[in-house]
Amino acid sequence: MKFGILVFPGSNCDRDVATVTSGILKQPTRLIWHTDTDISDCDIVIVPGGFSYGDYLRCGAIARFAPVMRSLQEHVSKGKYAIGICNGFQILTESGLLQGALVRNRDLHFICDRAPLRVERNDLPFTQKYQKHQVITLPIAHGEGCYFADADTLKELEDNNQIVFRYCDAIGNVSEDSNPNGSLGNIAGICNKQGNVIGMMPHPERAAEEILGGTDGKALFEGLLEGLLVNA
Amino acid sequence: MKYQARIFVTLRPSVLDPAGTAVQSALKQMDYHVDSVRIGKYVEIVLDAADDNEAAQKLDETCDKLLANPVIENYRFELTPIAEEVKS
Repeated sequence: MKFGILVFPGSNCDRDVATVTSGILKQPTRLIWHTDTDISDCDIVIVPGGFSYGDYLRCGAIARFAPVMRSLQEHVSKGKYAIGICNGFQILTESGLLQGALVRNRDLHFICDRAPLRVERNDLPFTQKYQKHQVITLPIAHGEGCYFADADTLKELEDNNQIVFRYCDAIGNVSEDSNPNGSLGNIAGICNKQGNVIGMMPHPERAAEEILGGTDGKALFEGLLEGLLVNA
Repeated sequence: MKYQARIFVTLRPSVLDPAGTAVQSALKQMDYHVDSVRIGKYVEIVLDAADDNEAAQKLDETCDKLLANPVIENYRFELTPIAEEVKS
């Protein structure tokens, strides 16, 4: 399976992701510069975190118009997998591949922490190695991670089971106290209706090796890989 | 014809504005009691267009596509024709 990792000016988690997909999972991995348009060789595209285009105007607003994004639209429309992490999630919402938007954190601070998350569904390749409602802990690092969508969209996400991760406390209770950034419904990650695109603010790639303090993120990449090998 | 556009991008009323709230509480500490503070963006653009309609249409497109995110923001703009420089 070949992983492609998009690189925009200002991306800074691209190599962290490559360390997981290439270094740990031993899969062919290609860094894709934002001006490239042929990504047909990639089975999975990852839009990594960072500050694409300096986060000018709105996070992800300018990256959305990079040449590679049209190719990503095609990739996704073929049913192939894509995942947006942190700034990558913001880029996917700006481009309309995922619903809603990410706005300034409720308390204005940039948050750099570890957050417990509840896995809301484990029937996606991304989450199949987790138990339903399992509590995992992943690092978060963002200033604009507060998930927002209008009431109709939120209802649609709930009705279609599109919420993948929610912020929770250590034992899995989802409450306002366990909501680090004010996200509606404690939403930390969602998927599209088809389930082949997910976006999440937490960083699974920063929790894939014991030496980094946790391995809860590794299963996400392993699940994705396993899902693809089964379908291949 | 040249136009100057002044574009105001504001957060939709349903979106919380923590920065606006922080500014409001700072004002309160300074003894300025105001009812609300909402912070938006202001953009100035100079553009060429055949007439007012074309200018407005171009601006609507730029706002819809890039300058504002309709999920969280509204926009409005004011258009002013700029007098061409008189060539001597």
